[in-house]
Amino acid sequence: MNAQKKYGMSIDVDRCTGCGSCMVACAVENNIPPAHAGANDRNGLTWIRVYKVDNGEDYPGKRSAFIPVLCQQCGEHTPCASVCPQQAVDVDPRTGIVGQMPERCLGCRYCMAACPYHARYFNWWDPRWPAGMEKTLNPDVAPRMRGVVEKCNFCHGRWHAAKQKAAAAGKSEIEPGDYVPACVEACPTGAIRFGDLNDPSNDLRHPDSFRLLKKLGTDPKIYYRSKRDWVRNVAQASRPVSSQKEASHG
Amino acid sequence: MANNLIARGLKRCSTRRFLLWIAPWAALLAFGLYSAGLCLVEGLNQTNMDNRFAFGLWIFLDLTVIALGAGAFFTGFLLYILKVDELRAVINSAVVIGLVCYSGAVAVLMVDVGQPLRAWFTFWYPNVHSMLTEVTFCITCYLTVLFIEYLPIVLKNRKLREIPTFLVFEFELHKLIYVLAGVGTFLSFFHQGSLGGLYGVLRGRPFAFREGLAVWPSTFFLFIISAAAVGPSFVLLTTWLVEKISRKPLVRPAVLELLGRISGLLLAVYVLAKTVDTLVWINRTSPESGFPAAQYYSWRPFGTWILFAEIVLFGLVPALIMLTPRLRAHTGWLVSAAAMACCGVALNRFVQTIQTLALPTLSFDKFLSYYPSWQEVGTFLAVVAYGALVYSFSFRYFQLFPEERERYQI
Ligand code: SF4
Ligand code: SF4
Repeated sequence: MNAQKKYGMSIDVDRCTGCGSCMVACAVENNIPPAHAGANDRNGLTWIRVYKVDNGEDYPGKRSAFIPVLCQQCGEHTPCASVCPQQAVDVDPRTGIVGQMPERCLGCRYCMAACPYHARYFNWWDPRWPAGMEKTLNPDVAPRMRGVVEKCNFCHGRWHAAKQKAAAAGKSEIEPGDYVPACVEACPTGAIRFGDLNDPSNDLRHPDSFRLLKKLGTDPKIYYRSKRDWVRNVAQASRPVSSQKEASHG
Repeated sequence: MANNLIARGLKRCSTRRFLLWIAPWAALLAFGLYSAGLCLVEGLNQTNMDNRFAFGLWIFLDLTVIALGAGAFFTGFLLYILKVDELRAVINSAVVIGLVCYSGAVAVLMVDVGQPLRAWFTFWYPNVHSMLTEVTFCITCYLTVLFIEYLPIVLKNRKLREIPTFLVFEFELHKLIYVLAGVGTFLSFFHQGSLGGLYGVLRGRPFAFREGLAVWPSTFFLFIISAAAVGPSFVLLTTWLVEKISRKPLVRPAVLELLGRISGLLLAVYVLAKTVDTLVWINRTSPESGFPAAQYYSWRPFGTWILFAEIVLFGLVPALIMLTPRLRAHTGWLVSAAAMACCGVALNRFVQTIQTLALPTLSFDKFLSYYPSWQEVGTFLAVVAYGALVYSFSFRYFQLFPEERERYQI
């Protein structure tokens, strides 16, 4: 019997430059059609949103930071899984990963209303790739059709590949280095780290880290960290600070 | 020929006038069907919903229409189970209203989902913990009950009665009416409740999330009471409207007053329950999730006025009007109060669906806004037109108001 894993991430907000490499790597890995310039929540699709926040001051005191938000793989009362009427969402007890089965999805979008992080995306349009680019599709990941919901699954195709590699080597456990999501690999500043939260040898759950909307009680598995007080305050404020200043995301 | 179908003793307008009346509704239906067709063929990109405002006009109106259609089950419950015999005067009309509201709402839901052909998956792989599963099961069953309840009304038609088999069938169906009323009430309690539960269980949306009893959040119970309260109001309102449009007395004024009294009483209970629920939510539920309730109302245009409008203006005020015999006896007051109660339930459903999605959850997120596209509006207008047409045909060819004939002879 394999030891139960609890995969999670640590994102260092102080390292994130808002370059969007994680978003591109994620799209390429998971067969998400490329978004056109100026795409928005209606006509573009991305499994990671990078929010730009600031400290609310004017120049020269103004400071900005970027907070990548992806599915937080909620471990308790998983909001999206509990509401789905046809069990198209499940939490894998072996990994703690919240999986999505687009083949079973009705497209009712109840899960999207339930997700506090806006981390679920609906295929409003037919997926389309520019001519020739469909040859670059990842054969390990099935593209989704119009009318269904999708979201980050910590690169499930990579998890399967790592399992197969371990099995071929006669091992029951995968090597930590064999399973790394695409965004982690692509981040040029190493702001995103990934691993098993149950493994005491990594410090993903550093005591200084915080989680978004922790008080909702859904046990999110993405741990953020920042040495800057204002970033921690903005990210954890009990009331949306953007009522004074609107945050943008890009 | 068509006039032979009109029940004996009833006066209806000429076929020409009737055609003139239905023509605009038919045109609206055609436009609505075109809009819905676009959404089905081209996809939901025809709407203005997006990845963050994933529910819109349709869900809000569906919830409202289903609450308004509650008159069918509640009138049936009062008439057949509690034996409030005066309501026999409006039961047929209430069934038609219920049928129109429910079938219309289900049709819009089918357009609203991305993969309508997969709707049966809910029956095959049901997630018993999901409120939407409960809604789907109960609404499907209840719609079937409504069709069966509508059949005897159709079969009583003058021409159809000439066919002996239909006559026997109608007679047999009538024997079932008490069972149907019971089953309908049971199913309706559950789906009205689970529609309320849809949002009440959303832990990730502290604006909507509510504590409750067992697996049901408080909104489960609030939706049942509010639907039972406005159902009779809507029956009252439609009866009054039909009387005005057809220029015929259809029921005794006492029946309308009774509907008003029932509505007022339940509305008063609802206002009380809603007030207690709001206080618990403001003082406990919301702060415990890290959201002081006051901040929800700092986002314009959703100030505290919306709470006041919901509970006082469209709740307490119409309840008091309908509970005051002197005011109730006055048709103007009675009808206005019924209309206010209906607006109140619509506002409540709006708050639950649209305001919930507009308010940001992440502390650095922005307030979201959305305006429906013409295709969304058109699709909904199709339901309105469909309702007007089904009701018009039913009123013309079936006897929706059994007292109508007597009232003529007075
Ligand atoms: S973040 Fe949203 S999509 Fe991800 S597990 Fe939580 S509720 Fe589900
Ligand atoms: S949209 Fe799909 S995954 Fe989401 S709740 Fe509906 S059926 Fe489930």
